Amino acid sequence: MSDTQILESAVVRFAGDSGDGMQLTGSQFTSSTALAGSDLSTFPDFPAEIRAPVGTTFGVSAFQINFGARAIKTVGDQPDVLVAMNPAALKVNIDFLRKGGTLVVDTGTFTKRNLAKAGYESNPLEGDGLEDFQVIELDISRMTQEAVKPFGLSNKDGLRSKNMWTLGLMLWMFSRSRKPIADWLENKFAKLPNIAAANVAALNAGHAFGETAELSSSVKRYQIGAAPVESGLYRTVTGAQAISWGLVKGGELAGLKIMLGSYPITPASPILHTLSSLKELGVITFQAEDEIAAVCAALGAAYGGALGITSSSGPGIALKGEAMGLAISTELPLVIVNSQRGGPSTGLPTKTEQSDLYQAIYGRNGDAPMPVLATRSPADCFDTAIEACRLAVKYMTPVMLLTDGFIGNAAEPWKLPDLDSYADFKVNFKAGPDEEGFNPYARDAKTLARNWAIPGTKGCEHRIGGIEKDYDTGHISYDADNHQKMTDVRADKISGIADDIADQIIEQGTANSPLAVVGWGSTFGPISEAVKIARSEGIDVAHVQIRHLFPFPANLGAMLGGFKHIVVPEMNKGQLKTVLRDVYLVDAEPLNKVSGMPFKIEEILDVIRARAGAEAAA
Amino acid sequence: MNEIIPEKKLTIKDFTSDQEVRWCPGCGDYAILKCMQRTLPELGATKENTVFVSGIGCSSRFPYYMDTYGFHTIHGRAPAVATGLKITNPELDVWMITGDGDGLSIGGNHMLHVLRRNVDINILLFNNKIYGLTKGQYSPTSEPGMKTPSTPMGSIDPALNPISFALGSGARFVARTVDTAQKHMPGVFAAAKNFKGAAFVEILQNCLVYNDDAWSDLTEKSVVKDRQLLLEHGAPMIYGKEGDKGIIFNPKTMHLEAVTIGENGVTEADILVHDSGNLMMARMICEVGFGDGMPVAMGVLYDNPADVSYDIAVNDQVAAVANSGVTLKDIMHRGQTWTV
Repeated sequence: MSDTQILESAVVRFAGDSGDGMQLTGSQFTSSTALAGSDLSTFPDFPAEIRAPVGTTFGVSAFQINFGARAIKTVGDQPDVLVAMNPAALKVNIDFLRKGGTLVVDTGTFTKRNLAKAGYESNPLEGDGLEDFQVIELDISRMTQEAVKPFGLSNKDGLRSKNMWTLGLMLWMFSRSRKPIADWLENKFAKLPNIAAANVAALNAGHAFGETAELSSSVKRYQIGAAPVESGLYRTVTGAQAISWGLVKGGELAGLKIMLGSYPITPASPILHTLSSLKELGVITFQAEDEIAAVCAALGAAYGGALGITSSSGPGIALKGEAMGLAISTELPLVIVNSQRGGPSTGLPTKTEQSDLYQAIYGRNGDAPMPVLATRSPADCFDTAIEACRLAVKYMTPVMLLTDGFIGNAAEPWKLPDLDSYADFKVNFKAGPDEEGFNPYARDAKTLARNWAIPGTKGCEHRIGGIEKDYDTGHISYDADNHQKMTDVRADKISGIADDIADQIIEQGTANSPLAVVGWGSTFGPISEAVKIARSEGIDVAHVQIRHLFPFPANLGAMLGGFKHIVVPEMNKGQLKTVLRDVYLVDAEPLNKVSGMPFKIEEILDVIRARAGAEAAA
Repeated sequence: MNEIIPEKKLTIKDFTSDQEVRWCPGCGDYAILKCMQRTLPELGATKENTVFVSGIGCSSRFPYYMDTYGFHTIHGRAPAVATGLKITNPELDVWMITGDGDGLSIGGNHMLHVLRRNVDINILLFNNKIYGLTKGQYSPTSEPGMKTPSTPMGSIDPALNPISFALGSGARFVARTVDTAQKHMPGVFAAAKNFKGAAFVEILQNCLVYNDDAWSDLTEKSVVKDRQLLLEHGAPMIYGKEGDKGIIFNPKTMHLEAVTIGENGVTEADILVHDSGNLMMARMICEVGFGDGMPVAMGVLYDNPADVSYDIAVNDQVAAVANSGVTLKDIMHRGQTWTV
């Protein structure tokens, strides 16, 4: 088509009522985009309520996707296209839309009643206020009903296909194939062929509308090509999937069956769901009566010789604190996954935050050190989960694996790894007693990990528990010097892990860059893009993203000591900043955001430019 | 030819650990411990396949004194740890030791669910109606009016009946015995061990220091026969020094009543016959004997196994689809993929 414009990347945001199927629309658009070979990053942004009252602003659900013919690392600062399925969706999302961007609205929903529900005194489509945008007003409701008329659905059921009509239009606008979505619909509604056909008809109608309708000449069709990536087999993956698969792989590499004890909580539940669906691989899952039982059952499984795993979010992790202490005291392997969300207390269940770092590193009674790792992206979850498993079994310790609601729900293309390329870390249980008997607290001289014999092993009968034990025999001991010794050895064991993990690398820039942006977790994308842009502007800035947060990699201190300025962007009030200052006495400067939304590139870039400017002026 | 060396028969010594027992002298726990150490070898238990899991409290120190596997966990959470362990290895013979505070207060929720799920473990709840390890506060089974450091004017909490709680939670095996009943207890342990599912045993236990004579109104030698009803499946509920007292069901009041055979026209044929598979009977008989002039029921009150215990069902679900040749790679390659 001659009027097709080639774009390097675009950001589309679908917004509608909770019942409008926006998450589905977004995820299907994602599939089609991934199949076209574009790189992408998605951001499901939905309310805590399952179905808030129809038409209200607090019931608006949105799905944003950034995709391009280049590497995409963030969800995009500002949408280029906003689809608003009702007045409330327009009201909540219009401020995100880039000036000059395209706004598609379903005028069929702009009724007096819906306008009032959204808090509009007059119809925003009629007055001033949208002149900065290319507004495409379409009565999607009516056109959907017409498209599905032949299938004899009720008015209400027919309107359910609105999202597919809209998706069809978007697929036309971005030159995407309808085929995978039509296939998916036919498969999903295999038992309801009428519904499948109606949805496919709506999808086709939306697409046909784009092709034939006399849309304003300013509305362009776009072509976004494939991103130049390494060759290989790809799929899209969410953080929850990749973590689950990584844990399964970790269990395989350890030679242990895995047992997940979990309790439903947003946004961690997808991990429970994913692992529960993997019984084919021998995965055992246990939905416990509460968070405490979930971690305790996982610990019981570990005692029995499985790789125990528990998964939750901040409030649930708080409840698990005492059992984590027991895992530390009894030195049993356990992986604890925290899909962080906005806090404190119930906080913002569906919004992302990374404010549980203190909880992860310090949040237990007593001196209770535990390794802490963080994932940086959906695909990164796989390797990080394996690393968590490795440390847990090699060092006989619980390990905290931090991810967040954004990573858990977001999708990105992933080059499927060669599963045979991972080195195993097989566990060797004690098969029987030594000459002098069996001592559960005899330690490996190098790792300081204790002996592991599991119930059923003849001659190794022993008792463990949360009471302090004698360094030499493992029996109960209240001796003062012994407690000092045991506290020290627990600390030494964990700090020794620093020598067994990969050195910290510098993602961009060099060790001699005067300014470093240091992040952890899901800030990876925006920091990476901001640093890239700054460097293209001639600013010498480095990017360091820390996976191992406790203990830190052995070389991190020297590395940080070499930077003149350190900025730490975090979706909290400055937790890594404090830890870095404490451990290394460096002048780490906080850059904080706790709005429930990921950082925008611009927000980090502004600070980089300001620091560079101050440096130049000095 | 290979010579078959018979396994040495295990004795009480084999099940006794080298740890010094640290309960107060005269504590009822000693008697329970000895009985367990003596009974397990008689039941053919092996040391390596026996695991004691406990929570926190005086009773929960029990695992340290058994020369088997043992896990002294955290307050109230033993049911969850035991569940995870049993799911992981259903071959193990898992015993859970708890008390009235550990099992019914802080761990009440877990107790409910381990019973509801019917995990194949044996739960011994030592009920001394007091918090011992924290020095004498009232517990969920303490009688109202009890004066303790935390209830100087007397407790105003109604007391919980552990067996009633267990039955309400869906337990399919409940039994009751007394710490000093060295002849009665082994049979209860054996029945619990043989039960495939969650077996709940309440052991009435004396705390010499903080609640002495907790149960003496039914354990003193002079009153035992009048205050305890020893249940046996298929046998009439007859008790008393003279063996002339019995329990009947009064259909008009929907209550159990204590009667004397030979008085008011009551004959032995009127006496209820214990049916350990009858849930309604268990619910009624577990409640009597506490301040109503009736005897307290001892022995196996209810024994009604399900087709399959939870731990087996969990593993059966996995076994039904595992080993189908599906690998992690297959799972990861499912759905839409594309090649660059």
